[in-house]
Amino acid sequence: MASITQPRISPAVNTSPFYSAQLRKFAVKAMVTMLALLVAIAYLLPFGNMALISIKSADQISGSTDNNILPLSPQLYEYEGESYEVYNIPQADGTVAQWALVDKGRQSSGFIDPANPEAGLIEWQGSWRTLESVYVYDPHPENFAEAWDLINFPRLFFNTLFIAVVGMIGTLLSSICVAYAFARFPIPGKNVMFLILIGTIILPSQVTLIPTYAFFASIGWTGTWLPLIVPHFFANAYNVFLLRQFFMTLPRELDEAAMIDGAGPFRVLMAIIIPQSWPAIISVGLFHFIFAWNDYFGPLIYLLGKPDLVPQATSIMAMVLPLLIFVLAQKIFMRGVVVTGVDK
Amino acid sequence: MSAADQSRAAPASSKAQITERRRSDLARQQRIWGWIFLSPWLIGFTIFTAVPIFVSLIFTFMEFSLSSDAAPRFIGLDNWIKLFNDPVAINALGVTFRFALIAVPVGIILPLAMAALLNSKHLVGKILWRPLYYLPYMVPAISSIFIWQAFLNGQTGWLNRVLRGIGIQEPPNWFQNESTILFAFLLMGVWGIGNSMLTMLATMQGVPTELYEAAEVDGAGAFTKFRSITLPMISPVIFYNLVLSVIGIMQYFVVPYVITRGTGNPNNSAYFFNMHLYKTSFTFFDMGYGSTQAWFIFIIALVLTVVLFGTSRRWVYYASGE
Repeated sequence: MASITQPRISPAVNTSPFYSAQLRKFAVKAMVTMLALLVAIAYLLPFGNMALISIKSADQISGSTDNNILPLSPQLYEYEGESYEVYNIPQADGTVAQWALVDKGRQSSGFIDPANPEAGLIEWQGSWRTLESVYVYDPHPENFAEAWDLINFPRLFFNTLFIAVVGMIGTLLSSICVAYAFARFPIPGKNVMFLILIGTIILPSQVTLIPTYAFFASIGWTGTWLPLIVPHFFANAYNVFLLRQFFMTLPRELDEAAMIDGAGPFRVLMAIIIPQSWPAIISVGLFHFIFAWNDYFGPLIYLLGKPDLVPQATSIMAMVLPLLIFVLAQKIFMRGVVVTGVDK
Repeated sequence: MSAADQSRAAPASSKAQITERRRSDLARQQRIWGWIFLSPWLIGFTIFTAVPIFVSLIFTFMEFSLSSDAAPRFIGLDNWIKLFNDPVAINALGVTFRFALIAVPVGIILPLAMAALLNSKHLVGKILWRPLYYLPYMVPAISSIFIWQAFLNGQTGWLNRVLRGIGIQEPPNWFQNESTILFAFLLMGVWGIGNSMLTMLATMQGVPTELYEAAEVDGAGAFTKFRSITLPMISPVIFYNLVLSVIGIMQYFVVPYVITRGTGNPNNSAYFFNMHLYKTSFTFFDMGYGSTQAWFIFIIALVLTVVLFGTSRRWVYYASGE
């Protein structure tokens, strides 16, 4: 902290030599970036764990208690039509030979040297149980293909995409209008209504679930996509809250200037509020997309109820699109940060 | 309205009256536009929230089971009396509050620190770090549970491998241990703070640079600038995240439900209030008592929110002056 907090001296008086200031700047940069790297590693470790499990077979996952990090399987050697495990055998001269265990015995065992099978059985004195197995890298990428087939991925992908995008459009149109109303208009009882809006976030969704389901059933919408899409055209409390908080940080001077120039409320929204709010609007769009994606996938994965290894592969596939969208939206973020406040 | 009518009736308005009339016309127009912009929410709120809530409020005074054919029956306050004498519900409320006490502060301070880190002008490679920190928030909840069950596995999980690597002989079996399970949930929560971090970062980037430049001219250091400019300027978003995290934890359900397979074990240490609500409503189909629990946690969350709003006048700053 001390290195970041600079002494309060006039910038005009440079007390330190030029190279020292450069060096300090570099040191701060290196420290900050190192910290960011450490955080990133911590955040990526669970992904790494999952990625390696996703290419393990069921045997490799539940095999032994001292499980390997990598998807490893014991190396096997084919001899006279049978498979035998290969072990590391310490030799008298200090080297380690890799022989296949063919004839297990308590005091001594018979091995075959895969490099020289014609030599026949080699007798080795000692318990084979003390020997270490030879492991080979043995990934199972076919887990992904299995998961792909199991959940009919392409159709699911399109369904989810459609529901997410249409819902996103709906929630953006409606939430921006409602947030604008709350942030800028003198509506009687506005504060009470805003508290009610917050209240709808708090309400455990289970309370409204049964009556809402009954409502959709009575108008014949169950079994269609409509219950997943239409409610989003009526504004979402989370989104209204975020956008309203953001609109409140925008100075009113620009609105007022535009209104004096004759702009109506809709014009002010389109020309003044929205252009200043792209970071918040993109965030809301992004949040909704992820919500819709996760919401649809969750129940589906739930219903399948397959063994652990399938979700590891499926969860990677489920993450690909949101990740891609976010990386692309990053650029819009960079361009869209136009919240400059009032230029004086 | 009547003032406007009167001034319209006056044959020769003075200049002051014209201005007065224009102002009240404008105010009326503004109100109408306000209602128009508000209408999507008003309609949606009525259909998808108000009516269902009202129905469930009625259920709290009813004996209403979906598992039997008996018609709903009015039983007065019996459900509420049952709730206050239900040791399982009281324990579940305790678990929820215990978790909130650690998770809420951590859920504000950590994303704030990470947003500040990402907003630092000294940071190299910003474009790389932001998606990496945000990435976990993209993971569907169910996938995230599978990931963390693997990561926190007592034997093979990477966290315990790391802990053993730095010399901790017997790291805990996180999800099976009464004293560590809530901490494990906290770790999972911390992993998914991309949402809060991003809203804070977006607002930090919107702070006018003139303010920092002015502060620099006055000789302010990085820490002073953060405390005196960044924090007040982004306080509405901190407040937003604070309210949402309190509310979110009152509704905490999916993670403990799936990980403990609905039991809340070991020893009910992970039996959150909403799990009790879910069990009552959708395992025993006791809709009356379930609605009572839903209403109870709703009232608690509402009281906490009102308290937070009460304190917000002291520390939340709005640039537009409200």
